[in-house]
Amino acid sequence: MSVYILPVLAILLIIVCAFKRVKVYDCFLDGGKDALALIKTIFPYIATIFIGVELFSASGLSAKLADLLSVPLSYLGIPKEICELILLVPLSGNGTIALLEKIITECGVDSYPARCAACIAGGSETVFYISAVYFSASKIKKLRYAIPVSLFCTLLGTVVACLLCRLF
Amino acid sequence: MNAVFTLIALASLIALTIVSPETAFLTMISGVRNAILLMLKLAAIYTVWLGVLKMMEKTKIDKALSRLLRPIVKRLFKNESDEAYDYVSVNLASNMLGMGGAATPAGIKAIGAMNADGERATDNMILLVVINATSIQLIPATVISIRAAAGSANSANIFLPTLIATFVSTATGVVLCKILSLKSEKTTQHAVKHRSSNGLTGVFANTQGKKAKR
Repeated sequence: MSVYILPVLAILLIIVCAFKRVKVYDCFLDGGKDALALIKTIFPYIATIFIGVELFSASGLSAKLADLLSVPLSYLGIPKEICELILLVPLSGNGTIALLEKIITECGVDSYPARCAACIAGGSETVFYISAVYFSASKIKKLRYAIPVSLFCTLLGTVVACLLCRLF
Repeated sequence: MNAVFTLIALASLIALTIVSPETAFLTMISGVRNAILLMLKLAAIYTVWLGVLKMMEKTKIDKALSRLLRPIVKRLFKNESDEAYDYVSVNLASNMLGMGGAATPAGIKAIGAMNADGERATDNMILLVVINATSIQLIPATVISIRAAAGSANSANIFLPTLIATFVSTATGVVLCKILSLKSEKTTQHAVKHRSSNGLTGVFANTQGKKAKR
């Protein structure tokens, strides 16, 4: 059912455009122009974050840190298999999906850690990426409490997800 | 951001140099290669969605959407221009509908249209970022399809826990932002009061200065 939502909305939108004599072709031309400009502004931010992410996982640091954190996180009800996922979630969307697939093959798709991991991957956003990209076109340099609050809430969501996966 | 990045880069580079020094730079370069692959994907996504957003603007559907969400948006984000409210509404609506491709450009434009305060992010900007960073996910389609592909007995049974968990995180985010913004409002009010208590002479001196210049 949900697969029909977006195409139907697009069809309705184009019909409305036709009625209001809005030039659909020109709209997409403008979209392309804006998109390239946008890509140009956000590229340095994404590239820098990716350098950090790649270093973090290739050096084995993320796995080590996940090992260290697994003890305190286990008190919050978070299984140790998904600790590395929790570290990666705020940094990289692709990395999150790759790690989710790894957890699924290692633990079994309907196991408790794999279900927790699926909830976390499905319900979380890349905090650092969003914070950097959203401010990329403005002059803002001081993000104040944006990242700490986002990270705290993401962790809280993770704890709630792990708890709920026990119940459902 | 700078502190976090410096710490991660330094610690990782030291670890890499000890384990396999020859891969240190290759790792950074492959990071950028991944970034470029992502940019390519994003360029395609943004081109389509910015075209759709343009159609929404031209047909004034974004204004209608904005009017629909106005009561909530106005309560959450105080004292912004109509333009900023329009972009915020499109951003929130696309988030709810799971159109991430439309949410990001609208969010960037919303921040650009908001009242700025030098290089410091305002409370409204931070609230928008936090809402997006903890975004309520109605249908985690990608994850459900991965689970189905892996042969899950019930691939959609993560739907309810995910929904509740993201709802909790977003609600907490909004509440925390509001508490923290009240705090910063108090300090700025205090600063204004402080300035006005000995500001009269300052203003007076200023006008005199201007007169003298003339």
